[in-house]
Amino acid sequence: MKTLILRTIAPYLSALMMIFSVFVLLRGHNDPGGGFIGGLLAASAFAIYGIASGVASARRAMRFHPMAIAGSGLAMSVLAGLASILFGVPFMTGLWAPPIPGIEFELSSVLFFDIGVYLVVLGAITSVALALEERDDE
Amino acid sequence: METDGNSLTFIALFLPFVAAALAPALTRRMGHKAAWVLAIVPAFLFIHFASLVGTVASGEAVTGSRNWVPSLGVEFSWFLDGLSLTFALLITGIGTFIVLYSGGYLKGHAHLGRFFSFILMFMGAMQGLVISDSFLMFFVFWELTSITSFLLIGFDHSREASRRSAMQALIVTGMGGLALLAGLLVIWNATGATSLSALLETDNALRESALYGLAFVLILGGAFTKSAQFPFHFWLPNAMEAPTPVSAYLHSATMVKAGVYLLMRLNPVMGDTALWETVLPLFGGVTLLVGGFLAVRQSDLKLMLAYTTVASLGLLVMLTGFGSEHAIEAAVLYLIAHSLFKGALFMVAGIIDHEAGSRDVTRLGGLRKAMPITFGAALVAAISMGGLPPLFGFLAKEEIYYALGFASVWSALFTLVAILGNALMFAIGFAVALKPFLGPEVKTPNHAHEGPPLLWLGPVVLAGASLLAALVSPLTHRLFSIPMASAVAGEPLDIYISLIPSIGMPLLLSLVTVALGYAIYRTLGDVRARVGAALIAIGWGPDRGFDQVLRGIVRGAHRLTGLIQNGRMETYMTLTFAVIALAFLVPLVGAGEMPAFPQLPVLTLYEIVVLALAVIGLGAVLYADDRLTAIVSLGIQGFAVALIFLLFGAPDLGFTQFMVETLSVVILALVMTRLKLAKSDHRPTREKALDVTVASLCGLGLMLALFKVTSLTFDPALSVFFTEYSRVIAHGRNIVNVILVDYRGVDTMGEIAVVMAAGLAILALVRVRLGRRVEHAEPQVASESRETVA
Repeated sequence: MKTLILRTIAPYLSALMMIFSVFVLLRGHNDPGGGFIGGLLAASAFAIYGIASGVASARRAMRFHPMAIAGSGLAMSVLAGLASILFGVPFMTGLWAPPIPGIEFELSSVLFFDIGVYLVVLGAITSVALALEERDDE
Repeated sequence: METDGNSLTFIALFLPFVAAALAPALTRRMGHKAAWVLAIVPAFLFIHFASLVGTVASGEAVTGSRNWVPSLGVEFSWFLDGLSLTFALLITGIGTFIVLYSGGYLKGHAHLGRFFSFILMFMGAMQGLVISDSFLMFFVFWELTSITSFLLIGFDHSREASRRSAMQALIVTGMGGLALLAGLLVIWNATGATSLSALLETDNALRESALYGLAFVLILGGAFTKSAQFPFHFWLPNAMEAPTPVSAYLHSATMVKAGVYLLMRLNPVMGDTALWETVLPLFGGVTLLVGGFLAVRQSDLKLMLAYTTVASLGLLVMLTGFGSEHAIEAAVLYLIAHSLFKGALFMVAGIIDHEAGSRDVTRLGGLRKAMPITFGAALVAAISMGGLPPLFGFLAKEEIYYALGFASVWSALFTLVAILGNALMFAIGFAVALKPFLGPEVKTPNHAHEGPPLLWLGPVVLAGASLLAALVSPLTHRLFSIPMASAVAGEPLDIYISLIPSIGMPLLLSLVTVALGYAIYRTLGDVRARVGAALIAIGWGPDRGFDQVLRGIVRGAHRLTGLIQNGRMETYMTLTFAVIALAFLVPLVGAGEMPAFPQLPVLTLYEIVVLALAVIGLGAVLYADDRLTAIVSLGIQGFAVALIFLLFGAPDLGFTQFMVETLSVVILALVMTRLKLAKSDHRPTREKALDVTVASLCGLGLMLALFKVTSLTFDPALSVFFTEYSRVIAHGRNIVNVILVDYRGVDTMGEIAVVMAAGLAILALVRVRLGRRVEHAEPQVASESRETVA
């Protein structure tokens, strides 16, 4: 994009959105938010970054191919569901770590499942968006 | 019923498959001698089944079961009465010699191990088919026999004829298998039985059910295709493309009798109706004659035998459906006799082919000196096939004439059919057994000599069994024929027939048959030419019909695909939305459940503002000059909806809606720039009018559905449940998210898999377009997102 303003502000904006998306993901279990919406936020962050600074820089910033990120997210969700087998309970039963005193946050297999959702949404949508942003002469 | 025998039967069900898995490795080490080791498996199974003969002959059935899918009430159960036990003995007994014979026949073949593997798999499937009790198991094994038969017919897959025959057999028997599945479901519906043994105890339930006709047609669809009844007989002669051991085993002795087995098994609960006793004899009789005449036409040993197999199967179906006790006894005796002599004759044909290098009966002769053992076996088997004493075939034929007789016009008709059919088979049997061996020596492609024991052992033993079974006929009847016939009839029967002929009608008819058969045998060359000429005059047969049907299906599919998948996005979208509109409107109108127009609530100012925003967005979409503006305006409408969600206490939904709207506007805009469409919509009014109608109907339908839903009283059970338990058992206060990741986690897992798959598909499509565009090399620069990468 040619506008200097967007190109200048986009990296900061995207970074802010990424942080916010993780925040939304993690608070999801108790307050509005969650993996899906977090993933959408993160995908928009990359979309904006791609529009402003170019698809190549966006891809560099992601380090991995977005589809690989989506794939690992799906794998993570399935594994989080399978973890219950180790404890002899049915597939996808939520497993919760004992609470640590003084910390409100609870670690659980459900959280990993949600992170998987986040990664799938992030990866799938970003890869589509970036592919569309890519010009023919690249 | 001993538990020991039960668990052995359970092992027996899997043993052939284990052997099939080991066969290739074993063959790699031992070569064709692996046959001796592998034959131990069917031999062991034969001994196991033989040990049950005493129990079954006393009228008891050996049964057993294991839980398979307990939550669905599906059991892995088996049921051995006279019928299934005799079949199991034939399958494993003949199977033993077939394995040995295969070792000799395909000695040195590069894929001998694979062949052993296939044939053992088939054996396991066939054995499973006849001893299964539960419908599901029966069906699975039934299909397995079709699949293994496909593999075996197509064994020599480098030849096109093999491949075509394999496909044809699979398609015909596979279609029949589907009919069978439907038939079993209908029977289950009509009687509540899920296993054969339970079905046999239902007595008249099936016959009196309204579904009887449907079940009858579907079951016949399965049985007639498998047992090659006219007009589905054509696949069986084509299956002769398979190596000879396969023809001897699958396509004469065992698999093709599966249909007959099914009919015999169901005879006690489906037989004895006018439908049964008309359709079965008619189709069987026609098949008998068609098979007989077509056999005469052939000069290839295997094809001659194949068509007589068709004829024999017709005879069996005819007898099974005839309805009298004697007919059932005759069917049972003939089935046993046929498996023995036809298996032997096929193996003889294979030996001749193997040693002399030709199967053409007109190019063979004088082999008796070179191959005395084979000749002996062939002669004995042919005598049985011709129905002469002192072989088992004689008993069967006498019983056939006892059963049919001249009591009425109906039975007289079938007596004539049987005489003609038997005479034809008599002629073919001796043509196969005598013509290659007698007469002056003819120069054959290979220098003929006797084959190794691996080859002649099978025919000799089977022919010997035909003789022995007849000599000790009272014992044979007590151990095999009577239990089997009783199982088929559903009530105890007795069989007395022995080698000592009683003077009477049956003997006279036998003499007529033999005389007629001899006449045909003497003039075989002449008859062959005449039947050939007649067939050329007819020209068109089911075999060609099969090809035409297949071509028709392919062409029809092509045309249909062209119609509904024309590649135009507009068609897809219009159709999709039209269906959505219909899905809303048809039930509402059809059921006469149109909602009343609800009372409008009093709106506050900010609610009115938000609604106005949505309306303005929509208006802008309709009146926008260029597409990009329309897309952004659509986003305005979406944001207004998100605001409504927020106002009415659904922050999650609102939040998501904001993000989804943003991203869809971005992605739609990107797509638009890529597609390089004209900036605005220039279609004719007619096309626009259609779109407007469909869109309006969709909106109207959704509105009416919402009116309807909100007019019902709200059932708060779920809300209460989730509010109460979300925190307690799922550790979360955000109900929406708890449902997504915990209560309905499996759904979410499916959804993210779909998201990912859709992403991959879109990516692929985008790349395809990219590739094509690069080829055409049209540098077009869309101004607003020009790249700045160095």
